[in-house]
Formats: sequence, C-alpha cells, structure tokens
Amino acid sequence: MYKTRVIPVLLLKKRGLYKGIKFRDHKYVGDPINTVRIFNEKEVDELIILDIEAHKVGIDFEYLKEVVSEAFIPIGYGGGIKSVEDAKKLFSIGIEKIILNTYATLNPELIKNLSEVFGSQSIIFSLDVKKNLLGKYSVYIKAGKEKTKYDPIDIATKMEKLGAGEILLNDIDRDGTFKGYNLELIKQISSKLSIPLIACGGAKEILDFKKAKQAGAHACAAGSMFVFHMPHRAVIISYPSEKELKQIEY
Amino acid sequence: MLIIIDYQMGNVNSIYNMIKKIGYTSIISNNPKDLEKATKIIIPGVGAFDKGIENMEKLKLIEILNQRVISDKIPTLGICLGMQLMAQSSEEGTKNGLGWVKTKVEKIIANDPSIKIPHIGWNTIKIIKNSKLYKGMENQENRFYFAHSYIIRPQDDITISTTTYGIEFVSSFEKDNIVGVQFHPEKSHKFGMQLLKNFIENY
Repeated sequence: MYKTRVIPVLLLKKRGLYKGIKFRDHKYVGDPINTVRIFNEKEVDELIILDIEAHKVGIDFEYLKEVVSEAFIPIGYGGGIKSVEDAKKLFSIGIEKIILNTYATLNPELIKNLSEVFGSQSIIFSLDVKKNLLGKYSVYIKAGKEKTKYDPIDIATKMEKLGAGEILLNDIDRDGTFKGYNLELIKQISSKLSIPLIACGGAKEILDFKKAKQAGAHACAAGSMFVFHMPHRAVIISYPSEKELKQIEY
Repeated sequence: MLIIIDYQMGNVNSIYNMIKKIGYTSIISNNPKDLEKATKIIIPGVGAFDKGIENMEKLKLIEILNQRVISDKIPTLGICLGMQLMAQSSEEGTKNGLGWVKTKVEKIIANDPSIKIPHIGWNTIKIIKNSKLYKGMENQENRFYFAHSYIIRPQDDITISTTTYGIEFVSSFEKDNIVGVQFHPEKSHKFGMQLLKNFIENY
C-alpha cells in the first residue's frame, strides 16, 4: 500500500541549521550532521534540506556530502542549483532529488534540461507564495526575498509541462506559524496538476497532515513542527510514529 | 569483488555507503578492466533511459557487461533505471536496452486522477515467488522507496514481487543470475539493508 509521506524540512545556512517565521528571523536550531543522523535513525519517509543562502554564495558540495553520507533515506536538496553540472554533482554525492526555485524561475528551460537528463522523478520545483494586500497570491524567489510576476497556478503547470516531477508548495505567510496548512491553496493548485504536490507551511499537529491530504496534497512537509516544542520553541527533534499516523487514518 | 557501475547516472555513493554500513566492501568504477574481475555487479541509476544507454556506450561498458553478466553469469543487481535498462526497450526513449530480460518498459497509466505520476514515495511489495533476494523477509511487511514514471508489467516467468500504484507492476524480477528492483534499496533504510545483504550473501 502506498504511504503518504511526512517530510521534515531543514534550513541550512553556513553549515548550521536554522528555522524562521515567514521566511525571516531565523533562529539557530542545531548541527546539520547530527540532526540528519537523528532523522535517519527515526526512519523518516524523506528529508528536505534547503540552503537558504546558496543562491548568493553557491552550493557547499563538500559539506553536503558529509551531511548525507550516513543517511539511508531519500534526501532532497535545494539552494543555488543552476546547471546540469550542479545536479550531477549532487546526485553523485547521494542526493536523491533536487529542488529548484530561483534559477528555474528565472530560466524555466533549466527544468527541461534537468528532467531530460535525470528524469522528472528527481526534479522538484519549489513554489514559494505569499498573499499580497489585495488578497492575490504572488510567487517569490531568492528565499522569499524577491517577488516575481508569476501567478502560482500558471507557474506550477508550466513547470509540470517542462518536466518537474513534484511541486513543493510553500505558503510563506504560514511558515513557522503553527496555523495549519493553507488548505484552499493546496486544493486549488493540486487539482490543476497531474504530478504530486508536497504541502509545506503551517503544520502544527499530525491532524494537519490528514487535512492537507484530503485537500489534495500528495505528501506533507513541515519544519518547525519537527524541530521545536511549543510554546517556547525549545529545540526538540521529533517525528510521528507510524502508529500515531495510523490512529488518525492518515 | 563487488563493483558498483558508475555510468554517470547518479546515486553511486549512497549504495557504496549502505554496503559499507552492512559490513561489506565495494568499488565504484566505470573501468571495463575492473569489470573483468567483478564477482558481483550492481547497476544503479536515476534518470532517462536513452541517456543511460548512451553513457554506457560512451564508456564502452556494454560489451564487457554482456560478457560478464550473460556469458560468465556474474550475479547482477539492477536498481531503478539500472533495472529498466536490462529490458529490451522503453517507451521513455528510442534506444535499445541491454535486452537481458525479454520485456519492455512502459509509462505508468492510471485512470484515477488522484494517482499522481511520477510514483514517488514509500510503497509495499507483494512477494509472489520465493527468492533468495527476500530470504528472511517473507513474513514481514516490506516497504521501499520508489521514484519512477515507467514500469514493467507483471510477467509469470520472471516476476518475484509486485507493487500496486494505480496499476500492478513488477517491483522486482529475477532471471538466472540477474535481479532487478524498481525501488531504491539504498534509500530504504532497514529494508534496503536487508535486501542488499541478501544480494551479497546469497548470490
């Protein structure tokens, strides 16, 4: 039977892990190698590592190799990927999937070139969206710093056509807020896609996964929920057990 | 000597690391000379069918692989694309496959819109034929990580397990010294370790 994935998302910056709120105010969470080891031991379905500065400073291949070398779970990496050459290096060090945002948005053909070489199943497009004052959603790049002219649905379907295998939908307004996923947006976008959508942004508890799945998410990702313990945001690494997920019929 | 073939289609290090973790050694190589000495071969792979064959041609691997796998009957494990390349052809491309297994690779077609393609994530397998590959795993639920858009349809003579995602497909096959798995054991923690251990110890 197919199991809907639950995916922790870790933000990497200068060889440390951070977590923010609404893509800002990042707080140090811990050591990447150690944290990845913990998640590996917890046998998580998949792990996403996003380097939030790589679009400025480049990809730290050497360090990533160290981070993933003891992980026997699928790991997706995003941050600073701008060529087939970058992707090749990432796959060879043991990254299972690559996640693109900035450079694919600026040059959509990149998705096409990558999927022709590596296959759609290894290419994720990260769709970072935020509502503007008029209530319309805009697409952002550069770790949420720069607004683009794209409409979320248009760019999601465009990336699917070009060969992206999954869409990672990030609602910037909910990031780190524990308010639950943006179910309406998940529904709107997933219904237009024939590739899987990974929901991200706002998860507080496992019931949120179930709601996102019902809204059309194919996998559920979360950051804060797996690294912080509320209400004081104390750093505690956690991951739901299979039993817990079965109980809510996720 | 266990050789993991690096034909530049990704993923070699995770297999190497997992084999190390379970206490064995392997060599990552694309040198035909190393293949002459191989006692076991793993063909990994992520990516497009034609590109995989093209890279093998460029690296002059096909002839030596045919010799070692077909004539010398060296135990060989194909993973994901590595498994698909063992077929005769694929709907994904126009090139001929290695043709070790008389079958073709097809696109997953599902009528249910909730079945999203690619098939990415964890899924269970149904063991339908006794195999050394699943020794000691017969009485447990085995879950593996999949990431693919193409499949091989079940065939009586070679299928050892199937998996269902919209349709039922071959998640592993075995023909003489050749085994292929559609999933990624190197990404499937304890289940993958058990399977790779079986391949190393029982073949």
